[in-house]
Amino acid sequence: MRRLLAGRLLQGLAVLWVVATLTFVLLHIAPGDPYSYQGDRRVAPEVVAHWRHVYCLDRPLAAQYACYLGSLARGDLGFSISQSRPVREILVDYVPRTLELMSLGLILSFAVGIALGVLEARHRGTFADWGSRGIALFFYSMPDFWLALMLALVFAYWLPIFPISGIENVIAAPTYSGWQRLADHLRHLVLPVTALVLMTCAAIARFQRAAMLDVIRLEFVVAARAKGVSESAITRHHVLRNALLPIITLAGLMLPMLLGGAVLVELVFSWPGMGFITAMAVGSRDYALVTSSVLVTSALVVAGTIAADLLYALADPRVRAK
Amino acid sequence: MTPRPLLSVEELRTYFRTSAGVARAVDGVSFSIAANESVGVVGESGCGKSVTSLSLLRLIQRPGTIEPGSKIELEGTDLLSLDDESMRRIRGNRIAMIFQEPMTALNPVFTIGAQLAEVPRVHEHITRRDAWARAVEMLGTVGIPDPAERAHSYPHQLSGGMRQRVMIGMALMLSPALLIADEPTTALDVTIQAQILELLAELRARTAMSVLLITHDLGVVAESTSRVIVMYAGEIVEQAGVRELFAQPHHPYTEGLMAAMPRAGTKRERLTVIPGAVPSPYEWPSGCRFHERCPYAWERCEREHPPLYEIGVGHVSRCHLAVEPERRATPHLPLAARAGAGA
Repeated sequence: MRRLLAGRLLQGLAVLWVVATLTFVLLHIAPGDPYSYQGDRRVAPEVVAHWRHVYCLDRPLAAQYACYLGSLARGDLGFSISQSRPVREILVDYVPRTLELMSLGLILSFAVGIALGVLEARHRGTFADWGSRGIALFFYSMPDFWLALMLALVFAYWLPIFPISGIENVIAAPTYSGWQRLADHLRHLVLPVTALVLMTCAAIARFQRAAMLDVIRLEFVVAARAKGVSESAITRHHVLRNALLPIITLAGLMLPMLLGGAVLVELVFSWPGMGFITAMAVGSRDYALVTSSVLVTSALVVAGTIAADLLYALADPRVRAK
Repeated sequence: MTPRPLLSVEELRTYFRTSAGVARAVDGVSFSIAANESVGVVGESGCGKSVTSLSLLRLIQRPGTIEPGSKIELEGTDLLSLDDESMRRIRGNRIAMIFQEPMTALNPVFTIGAQLAEVPRVHEHITRRDAWARAVEMLGTVGIPDPAERAHSYPHQLSGGMRQRVMIGMALMLSPALLIADEPTTALDVTIQAQILELLAELRARTAMSVLLITHDLGVVAESTSRVIVMYAGEIVEQAGVRELFAQPHHPYTEGLMAAMPRAGTKRERLTVIPGAVPSPYEWPSGCRFHERCPYAWERCEREHPPLYEIGVGHVSRCHLAVEPERRATPHLPLAARAGAGA
């Protein structure tokens, strides 16, 4: 188990190094550097020269690369031109909000997806099975941004039940008590999280249903029936436990998808998270911020995959033993 | 008057209604098992022996159904009229079953102790701890060394023979009246096979349970049963005491099975095979279902479905040779072999 963890961590570091190198190379394929942008004449040449020196842009490429990796290793992610403060400070503000949205979305879409998959498998071939799969497939095949926009249109504009944007009511929030503030924040979470769940739970439900049907065919299910285990206990206990194994792997794979979805959802609902800030940074050519958020995103994906591997090993005794 | 048998099966029909038609996998099977008796069921794969055993537990899944008119009675209870919950209480409790491949019949993600303890837990009000203690005790009974330790193992950590011991232990947790063993030794090495059969015989002697041993291996039947049922094409074709059957097989199919069995002490160039294959359950042949593969068949066999003729005491055979024994003197090449040679 410990060796597995150590191995995965090393792999993860290697992936991050590759990502860092790739972003470096990509940035340097493009002509010029972040400070060669001539649009804004208000920046004095001495200032530009200062930052060029700080980020080693006045040195040969190999030295630039070493300098870049060195500052990454020190945790120095650079300075955001568009926000005029260190990238690290910005990330400290924005990453937790994305993590909040993502983890809620992840937990809920897996809860909904697994429950749907189990029910569909249990009642396979019935009207409920077909209906549930049809509806889930509809949401899955709709473009993500359209889905988010429709949610905003229906539940924030036509039926103003939920707030349309932001993370809290900026005007009233300062006057709220702790609980009121929490309730207000949760109300702001409803639509973005719902959008994330609708985008992903259909895929999870399909996988879960297929995994359940694969397991239901196995002989130990017949053996469990022959022992006198009830049908519902067989589904909950014998089948689900085995059918969750492939879903754990899926969770690791879904993470990038969910992060991609989060960017859209954050934009549509003006959720001030990583996706939102990255999109803004791309617009204002804030290279330091863009590269850092790419790195942080890949770090999140790597961490998710490692977590999925460890969970899998915990859940499957056959892997645990190796 | 003979005492009421433990299990009596009458006119059992299990059909599978699919888009391809109706597969009559088990087609009118009647037999009974007395208390503490060991009965063997033999036949090639596809003859309906496994469907028969699953029918006894009512574990036939869609699209299979046990047809109306069938009757299964255990200890005086009509199993086919029970509701699902009452039937569930019989499974694993009064009738238990062990399977051919213990690796796939055990759940890979639970410890063997937990899988044994599950049996009393679903049938009795018992604490987790007590159930576990009984599981450990049973593992010792079926010959697992160091049972307290081994109970924490997962199926993949045991050898094939040990796994089958675990399966047997799981089946015997609640001392069932009837144990159905569906090819319990087929997946095992020959030396392990003997150990498992010995264990079953020993446990049967100790607990007074009955055993229904399903197998395609006549050798296994000879070693461990007192009565044999031979099945072919969804029907019983012959039934006799094990000695009687081996000394005087009546049905040509039984004869064929025995000729196909290697025998110690006799030197033969090659084993005989029964020509042709088991026919499709969607379309059993007319008349005698074996006539195409039979070396004695005559036109009556194509036309008339033979009943179970009484041959001797407790010996029945579904073959017209019972009334026209002189035909046995003139064997010929079976229809299936002739068709096969032409192709």
